[in-house]
Amino acid sequence: MTRTRFHQNLDDLKEKLLVMAGMAEQAIQRAIEAYRVVDLSLCDLVARSEPAINRMEREIDQMALDLLAMEQPMAIDLRFILAIIKINADLERVGDQAVNIADRVREMQTLPLVQLPVDIPRLATLAATMVRNALQAFIDANPEMAEKVLRMDDQVDEMNRAVFRTLTRCIEVNPEISQQALSAILISRNLERVGDHATNIAEDVIFWVRGADVRHHLQTGS
Amino acid sequence: MGAAIEVRNLNAWYGSTHTLHDIGLTIPANRATALIGPSGCGKSTFVRCLNRLHETNPIARVTGTVKLGDLDIYDQSPVAVRRRVGMVFQRPNPFPTMTIYDNVASGLRLNGRSRRKPMDEIVERSLTRAALWDEVKDGWKKKSGASLSGGQQQRLCIARALAMDPEVLLMDEPASALDPISTSKIEDLIFELKADYTIVIVTHNMQQAARVSEMTGFFLDGYLVEFDSTTKIFTNPTEKRTEDYITGRFG
Repeated sequence: MTRTRFHQNLDDLKEKLLVMAGMAEQAIQRAIEAYRVVDLSLCDLVARSEPAINRMEREIDQMALDLLAMEQPMAIDLRFILAIIKINADLERVGDQAVNIADRVREMQTLPLVQLPVDIPRLATLAATMVRNALQAFIDANPEMAEKVLRMDDQVDEMNRAVFRTLTRCIEVNPEISQQALSAILISRNLERVGDHATNIAEDVIFWVRGADVRHHLQTGS
Repeated sequence: MGAAIEVRNLNAWYGSTHTLHDIGLTIPANRATALIGPSGCGKSTFVRCLNRLHETNPIARVTGTVKLGDLDIYDQSPVAVRRRVGMVFQRPNPFPTMTIYDNVASGLRLNGRSRRKPMDEIVERSLTRAALWDEVKDGWKKKSGASLSGGQQQRLCIARALAMDPEVLLMDEPASALDPISTSKIEDLIFELKADYTIVIVTHNMQQAARVSEMTGFFLDGYLVEFDSTTKIFTNPTEKRTEDYITGRFG
């Protein structure tokens, strides 16, 4: 009764999700770089990658749906496919956040350059690291690494709040930089959302490997 | 009403082969309990120990206790036990020369119940409970049991078991010889019957176990590896051997 073909299909599904992950990760890194060096060609690359990410999302969902319907998976295989479906949706949203950031960078490029007293690149690095580590946890089926990602989320949230506090004060004091400050606030929020998606991915890895639901700080098994 | 079955230190042998090792579990009343495992794992032997059928083989032997309610079935006569614990087998086995009616009535008659009027009621009620009445009511006293389809024959066998008004119904692969529609009727029936009987079902079909049962036991090489709620077994089993089996990594 060994299900060799089915397990080969699961490997193929994982491989496809990793391709999707690579695309989403590249998009967010390009968007961050576009902000850091104000490079509109990178913004274009991000925008052009979105349809491919969306197409890949649909293909992965279809593959997962087919396996659910045709193979009726159980236990760790069932949890794996559920995790894939959810991670797939989070990766697509990471791609969307990359596009949002690229759009803000384009807007900022049309405005006079101002020095804002916030460290967006540091926040960006942290959010991108969360995504990288969550995906590495998925590749290695490593729930301990996924737990580390969960702990990083508080830091990203706090940095985002700090950006908001600092820049709203700047706008009050210096209203002529409102547009630039607002774009930076939005980018900060986009990065905070990227951190949330990485957190979701990490939670899905824990669910897949351990069968434990740790969402919303639940610590019990399923 | 169904009764709970409490099994403790159950061991079984065929000749010198030790086929069940220290099985202990409590099968809850009025629930369906599925037993799964690869061929030869001991699940059918186990279920045959629950109505003393195992020991009908002259070289077979059983030790341990199987309590049905308060009484150990091994302290009672096998006939008395089988009145309380009905069984349905993989292949439908109606008596081919008997009518539908006589098939259902046969167990009661063998036990000395032959008055006609109550018998009519009992047979009709049993056929109704087995979800067969509507399909056979026009010819139930004339048509042979063998004239029915495979799925109907299996429900006839269930009706025959129910006529004895048992507390437990053991089902050994009851749908494995049936087409999907007949299988689904049997599964619906199991769902209905839980209200009145304790059901134990041996199955190779894990989706079926997941669909019909509340509790599942996984047997391997004569040992009960894991016994837990069906949801737990099929989504997140505790034992790696259970997970490897139900995900098809061996078996």
